[in-house]
Amino acid sequence: MTSCPPKLQALADLRELQRTMATALMSPLTRDESLRASFKTSAQAFIKPRAKLNSFDRLEIYARQYWFRLLDCLYDDYPGLRALLGEQRFHHLSRAYLAAHPSESWTLRNLGRHLEAFVRDHPKLTGAKHRIAIDTARFEWAQVLAFDEAALKPLHIDDLLGSDPATLTLKLQPHVSLLALDHAVDDWFVAVRNTTEGSRGETSNARLESRAPAKSKRVPLPKRQKLWLVVHRSDTDTYFKRLDREAWLLLHSLSEGKPLLTAIEIALADASPDRDWSAQVCEWFQSWSALGWFAR
Amino acid sequence: MISSCPNLGVGLGLRVPHYRHILEKKPVCDWFEIISENFMVDGGRPLAVLDQILEQYRVVQHGVSMYLGNADPLNREHLKKLKRLVKRTNTPWLSDHLCWGSVNGQCSHDLLPMAYTMSVAKHTAQKIRQAQDFLEVPICVENVSSYAEFKQNEMTEWEFLSEVVERADCGILLDVNNIYVSSQNHGFDPFEYLRAVPHHRVGQIHIAGHTRYDDIILDTHDHPVPDPVWALYAEAIQHCGHVSTLLEWDDRIPSFDEVHAEALKANQFIHDHDLVPA
Repeated sequence: MTSCPPKLQALADLRELQRTMATALMSPLTRDESLRASFKTSAQAFIKPRAKLNSFDRLEIYARQYWFRLLDCLYDDYPGLRALLGEQRFHHLSRAYLAAHPSESWTLRNLGRHLEAFVRDHPKLTGAKHRIAIDTARFEWAQVLAFDEAALKPLHIDDLLGSDPATLTLKLQPHVSLLALDHAVDDWFVAVRNTTEGSRGETSNARLESRAPAKSKRVPLPKRQKLWLVVHRSDTDTYFKRLDREAWLLLHSLSEGKPLLTAIEIALADASPDRDWSAQVCEWFQSWSALGWFAR
Repeated sequence: MISSCPNLGVGLGLRVPHYRHILEKKPVCDWFEIISENFMVDGGRPLAVLDQILEQYRVVQHGVSMYLGNADPLNREHLKKLKRLVKRTNTPWLSDHLCWGSVNGQCSHDLLPMAYTMSVAKHTAQKIRQAQDFLEVPICVENVSSYAEFKQNEMTEWEFLSEVVERADCGILLDVNNIYVSSQNHGFDPFEYLRAVPHHRVGQIHIAGHTRYDDIILDTHDHPVPDPVWALYAEAIQHCGHVSTLLEWDDRIPSFDEVHAEALKANQFIHDHDLVPA
């Protein structure tokens, strides 16, 4: 535990005071959502007691605000994972995640960026639904990116005329995510969204109590199915689109910076010879170009 | 400072549940305050909505994460994004809170109370000057609601606020609801606070509602403005004159018309004090 200077004479003293308070309020709450009693002495060193509330009570208000605000953010950003795991298990997962990954960004938008990796590394927290939980966390983070990542000036198919496919590289829009999943979480997500009665909505500046969870009807679990998915934005709306395996592999290779010809070779390495792939690839590029997925 | 913050009249905080109404009905509203961080993104709906709003309305930026009171230096990446937004909105001034909120790169996403000492005032004022120089727009700092006071304090909150803004040569966003909330939580006279701040530096006033619990008042922005806060507002405009006033309503948000009607009650107080309404 950090010590707190009795007087703030130098910048180092202020930093120590702020570190002491931040350590307390970012420490996980107890099961009954209280600040751990071990911070009583610490609180007395820097917070004035007054009237009905002592130093510890006052520090606890800030600790609760911190945890409830961040938990609410995950609650709203991961409705699919929440529906999959159930309210209690999702809450438990969220608390464990935030304890391991406190926010390191000025925007709460980035709060879930390590969640997929965390879920992957902590199978006990998701139990029997572990593999689906990984897919769902990936899918929902991709939606966060699709919502407000940049849309660079799009590259149209006509711009490629005359280019040498052996050297031509293409960049995907930052809002486009390519996901290879093992479960049909896209259909399942739509079903969950249609049956959820509401979210916690707007985040208040202050909160003393955690809110009651939203009620949702039970939706059958997503089917086990190999899925080649793109999550993207068109105009201002977020979409997800299933692709053929070959199409996904082609885009994925391009996103890794491979030249067009190499990307096509990788994509079609195991492809059926019964299909007219030349026409198919042309059709894909026309479609992707119309969707604005390629950037200059 | 006042000359840098023109009186825009009575405005509202721009909130998601009202987007559709505002964009479709284009209601008359003197101005909107946006939360800067909600629009410091690289694309998508937030910026598309903002651009439509800017076509019709005057917008002022209000931030929640510059953390001018952090012991740590200003976040340059944050400032660069903020400056891009300033250029987009052409905000006549920009406000953020007199608070701290992150340490060692870990962010609380809260408006944590300052330690009221001379050394902290000097440090904070220096950071405000740095931010103002970089952003090239006047800054107003807002007094926050607080639920704790530090034992290390050497002065009152209003003495600290005055010290900071005079040293930084910046404006004040005077939140009269926050003054009331803190006065109840810490046992001081809110009118003494109002009388003591440098009135010529007040560039904007916030009004809002709060939630009273048995032993604490929280700054929840989920109710109409209560009478004690209106009383402080009336006193504030006596001292500061008619400055831009904004209603914050952030949770359990009613219809646009209801929120706007609540904000426009401010005009009655302006009339009552023989000041010219916007």
